[in-house]
Amino acid sequence: MSAPKKSLFTPGPRTRARNRAEARFRAFGLAAILAALAFLTGLMGIILHDGAPAFRQAFVTLTVELPEERLDPNGTRDPADLARVTTFKYAPLLDAALLRALEEAGAENPFAKAKKLRALLSKGAPAQLRARVLAEPELIGGSLTMRFLASARVDGYLKGRVTRESLARERKFTPAHLDVADALRAAGLLESRFNLAFLTGSDASESRPEAAGIGTAALGSLAMMLVVLALALPIGVAASVYLEEFAPQNRLTDLIEVNIANLAAVPSIVFGILGLALFIQFAGLPQSAPLVGGLVLTLMTLPTIIISTRAALRAVPPSIREAALGVGASRMQTVFHHVLPLAMPGILTGTIIGLAQALGETAPLLLIGMIGFVATNPPASPAEAFLAPNSAMPAQIYEWARRADPAWYERAWGGIILLIGFLLAMNLAAILLRRRFERRW
Amino acid sequence: MNNCSQGTKVTARNVNVWYGDNHAIKDVSVDISDRMVTAFIGPSGCGKSTFLRCLNRMNDTIPTCRVEGELCLDGEDIHDARVDPVELRARVGMVFQKPNPFPKSIYENVAYGPRIHGLARSRAELDEIVEKSLRRAALWDEVKDRLQAPGTGLSGGQQQRLCIARAVATGPEVLLMDEPASALDPIATAQIEELIDELGRSIAVVIVTHSMQQAARVSQRTAFFHLGNLVEYGETDQIFTNPADSRTEAYITGRIG
Repeated sequence: MSAPKKSLFTPGPRTRARNRAEARFRAFGLAAILAALAFLTGLMGIILHDGAPAFRQAFVTLTVELPEERLDPNGTRDPADLARVTTFKYAPLLDAALLRALEEAGAENPFAKAKKLRALLSKGAPAQLRARVLAEPELIGGSLTMRFLASARVDGYLKGRVTRESLARERKFTPAHLDVADALRAAGLLESRFNLAFLTGSDASESRPEAAGIGTAALGSLAMMLVVLALALPIGVAASVYLEEFAPQNRLTDLIEVNIANLAAVPSIVFGILGLALFIQFAGLPQSAPLVGGLVLTLMTLPTIIISTRAALRAVPPSIREAALGVGASRMQTVFHHVLPLAMPGILTGTIIGLAQALGETAPLLLIGMIGFVATNPPASPAEAFLAPNSAMPAQIYEWARRADPAWYERAWGGIILLIGFLLAMNLAAILLRRRFERRW
Repeated sequence: MNNCSQGTKVTARNVNVWYGDNHAIKDVSVDISDRMVTAFIGPSGCGKSTFLRCLNRMNDTIPTCRVEGELCLDGEDIHDARVDPVELRARVGMVFQKPNPFPKSIYENVAYGPRIHGLARSRAELDEIVEKSLRRAALWDEVKDRLQAPGTGLSGGQQQRLCIARAVATGPEVLLMDEPASALDPIATAQIEELIDELGRSIAVVIVTHSMQQAARVSQRTAFFHLGNLVEYGETDQIFTNPADSRTEAYITGRIG
């Protein structure tokens, strides 16, 4: 009649098959997570490995004679007179200083002319010296010991990027220059040290990778983020509150809803060309200005903020709204006293994620001219920070990555470290704000 | 002039409610007296909660809901264009099925209504209203030492009494209660019922309940709803001992519902 009674201790074939399937699924899941972790660590490892050298730079310490007859022939120390002396007059002073340093180090100049030694220093070194002298005219007539940026080749040699073999086909910078660098290093005049200018400086011309910094581009990014925050947050929250709490449910609001969802999926370059047509060509706002970049990124960030804000509003239990309406609160009081405070963590998280997205966006900036060799000086005033041409961090990184010299490549990686640092900081802020505002109900 | 009879607190005349195409309330006419507890009973989906929510226009917030007919508070049509639902809801308070205190302190929960309606001129006056309301809800002794503690940290029964305190703080003339004890244990239920009894001596209380025993215990009048119709309305004793309609009898004896 009935099947023989089975023991509980021996699972049946169906149970065994199910257990095997579950074990397989768990193994797949674990493998997927491990793969993701491996990719992440690999990525971070490469970024840190390739980018960390950008934070160190080779400097040469030189004692430069500043003869009055060359720098201030009239002897008046008149700033206007001094300014008339160009960097061409300063360059030979550096050549002489290098030659002296070499003699003191007990080495000989392998070149026929002292001028050839110049390739050891950054092309910006004479300007660096001139700026110092113009700032302190009393130095003229004496001598000055100062740290100068070494050229990218020397820097690369200290970092192992440049070798004698790799220089075989170069003409301006030869293996003989490396011998001089070795001698200077032995004498303690050439050293690699932390380079603050990378964090604070501006982009430099194509031939001076050693002088380039990401600071000005970071200010551009900051200005854009301020514009996005100031516009996208209030507009996005107001739109969401209206749609979610006040708008009638009809065809029109359905259409708006679908379109907002679609906007979130529009490629960012489309927003870029829209910004070019609307803000620059039609409204006549200045090209390459962070203000325009911020406006474009606002357009791009709005759907993200609206979608996350609406989700946060919808997550507030309806019982809270009923409770408020039940004691006679108006709809606006219900929203502002009860619903919005409860939705705040979600709104802030969405906003910060939207900002982080905007911070990393490059494509729309290409179209409004925030790319290329844009700003050589940090903005002088707050107004200039928004209106003067500038780049942004991701655009600056893109620009560096496409320049030829491998020294630029290193800078691009360094910029990426900084960008990721900013993104992590923003995400951390999102988490902290969430914790701070989170309330149970 | 309207058809509302004078002298009763709330009057409903030929009220019809639709949710979209669903005819939820059919031609209901009821007079609700002051200083009395009126119970609405009936099987699930019979429209008793819907009808209750009409009395303070809470259904206004449901876009697909349409209400027709006449509803008066003290002889004044509550659907008149001059009526602001906010004022109405301050006079017709509501307690919901699930306790829904605001995620704020106990004090703030009770003080919120008086504050937005400007009922207190000073902090001391507000303190007084809060204490009086909590006393009326029989909660004062339990929470007087922790008024700043979150209202959501109270037990379910205490939360519901907090909601009642919040509702009475605005000094309503009518208190609507939508199954106020259905989520509570028997002890908390008994406390709430005692409270309803007490409140019913001073204001009009309308309570929707699934429990016939509860209706029999707390109410003076009972209305039986079935499929959107008001089947029978009368003295509670009479409804439960000698119902006029066969459907009422079937329901209270447990044959339908």
